Amino acid sequence: MFEAIAFYLFAALTIVMFTITVMTSQALYAITAMAAGMIFISAFFFILGADFLGAIQIIVYTGAVMALYAFGMMFFDTTRNVVEKRTNPQIVFVLGVLAAVMVVAIFVAPIVSNNIQALYPIQEGVGNSQAVGMVLFTKYLVPFELAAVMLLVAMIGGIVLAGKKMDRSLTLMAEEEIGLMDESYEPKAGGH
Amino acid sequence: MEVTLTHYLVLSTILFAIGLIGVMRRKNLLMLFFATEILLNATNIAFAAISHYIGDLSGQMFAFFIIAIAASEVAIGLGLLIVWYKRTGKIDLDQMNSMRG
Repeated sequence: MFEAIAFYLFAALTIVMFTITVMTSQALYAITAMAAGMIFISAFFFILGADFLGAIQIIVYTGAVMALYAFGMMFFDTTRNVVEKRTNPQIVFVLGVLAAVMVVAIFVAPIVSNNIQALYPIQEGVGNSQAVGMVLFTKYLVPFELAAVMLLVAMIGGIVLAGKKMDRSLTLMAEEEIGLMDESYEPKAGGH
Repeated sequence: MEVTLTHYLVLSTILFAIGLIGVMRRKNLLMLFFATEILLNATNIAFAAISHYIGDLSGQMFAFFIIAIAASEVAIGLGLLIVWYKRTGKIDLDQMNSMRG
C-alpha cells in the first residue's frame, strides 16, 4: 500500500519536473527542475530495493552532472532566449515511430520476461551494496575496468577541450589568428 | 493496488517520450543535453525495475554503466560546447551549419 502511494507520488512529481525541464524557456528553471527530477528518480531505486544505485544516482547526477551543467550555464549566455523554431517533419516522424515501437515493446516485455531466468540471482541475507559489489567485481570486472578507462579518457578530454588557452578569448579572434596562435603562443609569466 | 513491472515500464516510457519531445523542440544545445539526460534516466528506471521483478542483478549493473556513460558524455559534450562557444559565441543548433549538412 505504501509502496503504491510512494510510486504514484514520485511518478507524478518526476513527470511534472521533467515536463518543466523540457518545456520552459528559462535555463535556470530547467536546471532546477532537472535536479529535482533526478532526486525523485532515486526514490524509485530505493523503492525497488536498489539502494546502492539510488545513492549513486544522487551523488553522480545531482552532485557531479548538475555542477557541470551549472558551470556551463554560468559560462554560456543562457539568459538570452533562444528562439525554438519548428523542427524538421522527418525527424518528428522518425522519433514518433521510435516512441511508438518502444511502447509496443514495453507492453510485450512482461510476457517475454516470463521465460527469462536470472543469471545472477539476488541472494538472501546479503545487502544490496554487498551483492552489487560481489557481482560487479566478479562477473562484470572487465566492463568495470573499461568504464574506468572511459571515465579517465573523458576527464582528460574535458580538461584538454575546456582548459586550452583559457586566458585568451577565441571569440574575438579571426580564423587566421587562431591558426597562428599555436606557433606564437607563450603563456605570460604573471598570469593575466 | 499492487505496483507491477508494467507500471514502472509505462512510467519509463512516459519519461522517455518527454525526453524525445525535448530533443525535438530544443534549439539551445545546453537544453538538448538536459533532454538526453532525461532519456538516460528513463532507461535507468526500466533497468532497475526489471532487475527487481526478475530478481537479477544484471539490470542494476547496466544502470551503473549507463550512469558512467552519462557522466563521460557530459564532460566531453560540455568541453566541445565551450570550444564552440569560444569560437562563435553561439550555442544555437541551427547555426552549426559550417559543414553545410
